[in-house]
Amino acid sequence: MKVDLAHVEDAARELYIRALKMLPPDIKAGFERITAAETNPTAQRVLATMVTNIRVAEDTDNLLCQDTGIPIYNVTIGRGVEVDGVGLKEAIRRGCERATREHPLRSSVVHPITRLNEQTSCGPGVPPIHIDFDEQADRLLLEMVPKGSGSENNSWLRMAIPAEGIGAIKAFVVDCVLDAGGKTCPPTIVGVGVGGTSDLCMALAKRAATRPLGSRSPDPEGAALEGELSAAVNALGVGPQGLGGDATAFAVHVEIAATHITMNPVAVNMQCHSARRASATFTPDGVRYGF
Amino acid sequence: MAHHAFTMPVSEALVRALRVNDTVTLEGTLFGIRDANQIALYDQGRTTRFDLRGHAAMHTAPNVRRVPPSKQHPVGYAPLCVGTTTSARMERFTRPLMEQHGVRLVVGKGGLGAASLEAFRDLGGAYLAVIGGTAALETTWVEAIEDVDLDDLNPESLWKFRVRGFGPLLVAMDSHGGSLYAEVDHLARGRREGVLRNLGVK
Repeated sequence: MKVDLAHVEDAARELYIRALKMLPPDIKAGFERITAAETNPTAQRVLATMVTNIRVAEDTDNLLCQDTGIPIYNVTIGRGVEVDGVGLKEAIRRGCERATREHPLRSSVVHPITRLNEQTSCGPGVPPIHIDFDEQADRLLLEMVPKGSGSENNSWLRMAIPAEGIGAIKAFVVDCVLDAGGKTCPPTIVGVGVGGTSDLCMALAKRAATRPLGSRSPDPEGAALEGELSAAVNALGVGPQGLGGDATAFAVHVEIAATHITMNPVAVNMQCHSARRASATFTPDGVRYGF
Repeated sequence: MAHHAFTMPVSEALVRALRVNDTVTLEGTLFGIRDANQIALYDQGRTTRFDLRGHAAMHTAPNVRRVPPSKQHPVGYAPLCVGTTTSARMERFTRPLMEQHGVRLVVGKGGLGAASLEAFRDLGGAYLAVIGGTAALETTWVEAIEDVDLDDLNPESLWKFRVRGFGPLLVAMDSHGGSLYAEVDHLARGRREGVLRNLGVK
């Protein structure tokens, strides 16, 4: 299958706007679940406002949140897909710029030292474009995540050591949720990376935070940790917006990678309640949009 | 738990009457402040022609559309999506915002810290929580962008919005030392030990 880069550019544009306006069904279902279980009256009101906002955004064709985030694109290229890799990255960047200018969207991206905003949502190294490959024949998957700064500003890495054991990982996650308080716009998805190198560990945490609700870690140890930690952080009482309540996190997601014999790294990255993402699937039949 | 409808600007006495868990709805003017414009005002010596005395200022940088100036859009900006951002980053600006510019109410999400709570007590201010990530709803409370200053910092300009029925907002920090965030933080940290024990952490 050959992929037309003009279609990729259009999809990169469409996905940014689409992600900002429509929450995925798994997140909506997550709201139903935690709203039904919430016992704190303030938290019930906060959650009801969030659910109302989802409807208003759809009814008024508006963005869910003012924060257009740092745009992130994940590309998964299947077997038998023919695509010019350099051209693919250029097309995604052009699509991202066009979404910003044509909608228009607030460009939330600046140079880190000059603080200059190019008003394109792009800059050196941004948008990050992650490229991976899979077995799926004749399929290219383009996923878009606008990552808001409230949750991104609360990201942590700890290079724990083997003598500290799994306890260090568990305590670290609990302490990150306490330190985040209301700043990350809870209820969040708490993404936890365990293992790898320092950079891989952080990437695992981001992947975990942006994974659909209901998905489980493919590693049985990771899946067990997800269950334990989800119950633990929701026993803290931080609640929606840090104003108290049961619903501190929709879930804790864990991603695992092997690590060095001397290492025991753990990273935490959170996704806010406006857990936005959108995807486009390219097959020989055309482009299909989803989440 | 009283509800207050404030037509802006308001007096110190009205703000001092607010108590944590009260609710407030704002009418009239709401200013938009942000990291960059407060750095400009309080670190870089820039000034604004806006009179913020007695007003509410929300931590925000909105999505806007440039349009031809008109009666509805006097400075050529239409609001597209107006919401709030995490307040904690701007903690150190609360006191100068109140002392130098006379702001009475800070609107934001996630709360402010001890220094802001002191400023609210000393100077007569309060923090009103708007729900983060619910900008589509909040935008329906914004009638127009009436004016803008420091616009070279766009989108972190100093914005002047005209609002109608902006709220209800929750009084989360008051001038009497009350802070829901400090309460919740204290409670959550108090549960830490038990939570870790249940996780088998020694």
